[in-house]
Amino acid sequence: MTIPDGPGPTAAYDGNLMAGPLSELFALDVTVAVVRCRGCGADAEVATLRVYGPEPGLVGRCPGCDDVLVRVVRTPDAVWLDLGGVTSLQVPAPKR
Amino acid sequence: MDFVTRGFQGRPRGRDDRLPPGQYLTGDFPVLSAGPTSNVDHDEFELWVATEDGTRHTWSWAELMALPAETVTVDIHCVTSWSKLDTEWRGVSLDTLLADVETAADFAMVHSYGGYTTNLPLEDLLDGQAWVAYGYDGDDLRPEHGGPARLLVPHLYFWKSAKWVRGIELMLEDSPGFWEQLGYHDYGDPWREQRYQGD
Repeated sequence: MTIPDGPGPTAAYDGNLMAGPLSELFALDVTVAVVRCRGCGADAEVATLRVYGPEPGLVGRCPGCDDVLVRVVRTPDAVWLDLGGVTSLQVPAPKR
Repeated sequence: MDFVTRGFQGRPRGRDDRLPPGQYLTGDFPVLSAGPTSNVDHDEFELWVATEDGTRHTWSWAELMALPAETVTVDIHCVTSWSKLDTEWRGVSLDTLLADVETAADFAMVHSYGGYTTNLPLEDLLDGQAWVAYGYDGDDLRPEHGGPARLLVPHLYFWKSAKWVRGIELMLEDSPGFWEQLGYHDYGDPWREQRYQGD
């Protein structure tokens, strides 16, 4: 299988295929997830982030370098999530 | 014949008339932050304006203090629904700061110490509508409220009045800032209750 460079019409699937994995992910307690900071490379459990807010939105910062890792805004009809500050989010899952 | 003379004289605008829809009055000055309070010393402070061609104008703290200052009394409106009337600020009008800046830009991205950003149309920063404020209520502006200096754009929701301002990037195209990227309205007019995208 080859992965095309960048987004384009050759993608085999759309985002609907991600619905299953994402619903499993967010059904878990995400506070035990480990995020890796894009800025300094440190790993941190979400529960240990430095969080500002709750209004106008939640801002979770790296306990190591204070970069913004996670932002969440709840508008009246949507939840907005930004994970742009992390390179990965690791969640414990059952062995298979 | 009876006359109700009060109606002919007009009357001062009442509190209710000054409260945008969905807002409540507070006498406090709540502190909302997306990050740690920046403590910027005057000797490390520098304010910059960068135009679309990369030209940079800078002011040290002393240079900012040397510019003509204004004291303004304005109402402020936070998107989280509190409003505060008759707040008194001292600072430099953006008309003064931008007087010698040549630009064809229509938009501005305001940058803060600590990384916060917010975007505004450039015309909303001009004509006596915006200041770089360093005084509040007769005193220095305290760090938790954005000192040493913050943007003050009272006709828009207060997230546009960036704390700990450090620079203004002039742009030909609009681009969303910190909260505008995450569901908040691009413009943020409290009188039209433009809190979120689509409002």
